[in-house]
Amino acid sequence: MEKPIAIVTAASLSLLLAATFMSAARAAAPGPEPSGQELAFDNRKGNCLACHAMPGDPKAVTSTNVAPPLVGMAARFPDRSKLYGQIWDATRSNPDTAMPPFGKNGILTDTEINKVVDYVYGL
Amino acid sequence: MKRATWILSCLGMLAFSADAMSVSPEQERLKSVQAVQKKYPDIKFEDYVYGALAFSADAKAQYDNMMAFPPFESEIDKGRALWETPFRNGRHYADCFPGGGKNVAGNYPYYDETMKKVVTFEMALNQCRTKNGEAAYKSSDMNTMGLLTAYARTLSDGMLMNVKVKGDGALAAFESGRRFFYQRRGQLNFSCASCHVGHVGEILRTEYLSMLPGQATHWPAFRGGDYALFTLQRRYSACNQLVRAVPMEIGGEEYNNLEYFHSYLSNGLPLKASVFRK
Repeated sequence: MEKPIAIVTAASLSLLLAATFMSAARAAAPGPEPSGQELAFDNRKGNCLACHAMPGDPKAVTSTNVAPPLVGMAARFPDRSKLYGQIWDATRSNPDTAMPPFGKNGILTDTEINKVVDYVYGL
Repeated sequence: MKRATWILSCLGMLAFSADAMSVSPEQERLKSVQAVQKKYPDIKFEDYVYGALAFSADAKAQYDNMMAFPPFESEIDKGRALWETPFRNGRHYADCFPGGGKNVAGNYPYYDETMKKVVTFEMALNQCRTKNGEAAYKSSDMNTMGLLTAYARTLSDGMLMNVKVKGDGALAAFESGRRFFYQRRGQLNFSCASCHVGHVGEILRTEYLSMLPGQATHWPAFRGGDYALFTLQRRYSACNQLVRAVPMEIGGEEYNNLEYFHSYLSNGLPLKASVFRK
């Protein structure tokens, strides 16, 4: 009488395990890559909107006035590497800045910073 | 050349620390108040206790409405029951404090010369418990210590913060709290001061940034849509997590020293418990 119960328990355990692995696999599966705009808006990623208004993008909803608005960026940063460097570690050009060092501290990857630079250049 | 730079930067650090040490706690407090007054001359000193609400008439009106009939009043009543229930020896919390616990919270934290450390109001409540044969509460437990202070601090409503820093030990604890406040930490590399000194009154996405003076007066707070109870030190812990730093222990020495510095910087401002905050 005990054996069938053991089998059933083992079976349901393995089902449970399988389900756990499947959901883990689902979570790890790469979703669509976020765009530069999404990275800039996402408060777990760039969160640029926390401190910078972006009047050139009607989707950029924020009330912030902490840092300069992102406008005319291509004119302000003709050298793309300067803008990249500013996002990578803004404390290099201004030790007192509150801006997080996105590259240096691994908040954004190199690819992600480049996407944000592309997006911000269009503002 | 490298060596010269290194020596120069060491000299710079020496000059900086000598400068930091020469500023007394009171000069530090006045400097901090004057900086806010200069940036926001229309905001009255006594309104600094409202923090971010001081910058928005709308948000302040909503707060006033909510505080007329606080939706978390039953939680404060639970704290009152904890405060009024006698210990097994028949004594009460009220027996541990002058005036039965009325108008005392503004004297905390203080530096205890015998223990050689900062004592917060929460620690004094625990000292009262252990002196009377009861086990101490965990400072991080909002269902015991949190609720208890949510009522106990109401007995000091209106009292002006009156924290004292006297003697070398007290100064060292104050200085340690000050360093914590100005030290950048976490993956996001923020110090408390990055926002609450450097960008006071500015808007972070949708929220105003509160000013340092007054920040220690309105605790605990019931926060957000679910009115979660936050003591001041739980707020420190949450803030540290938001900047992606490993939080310190609630009730531990680092946060106690921070609270000591933080409370001193609120001196002269009236206390209020327990309040709503976003």
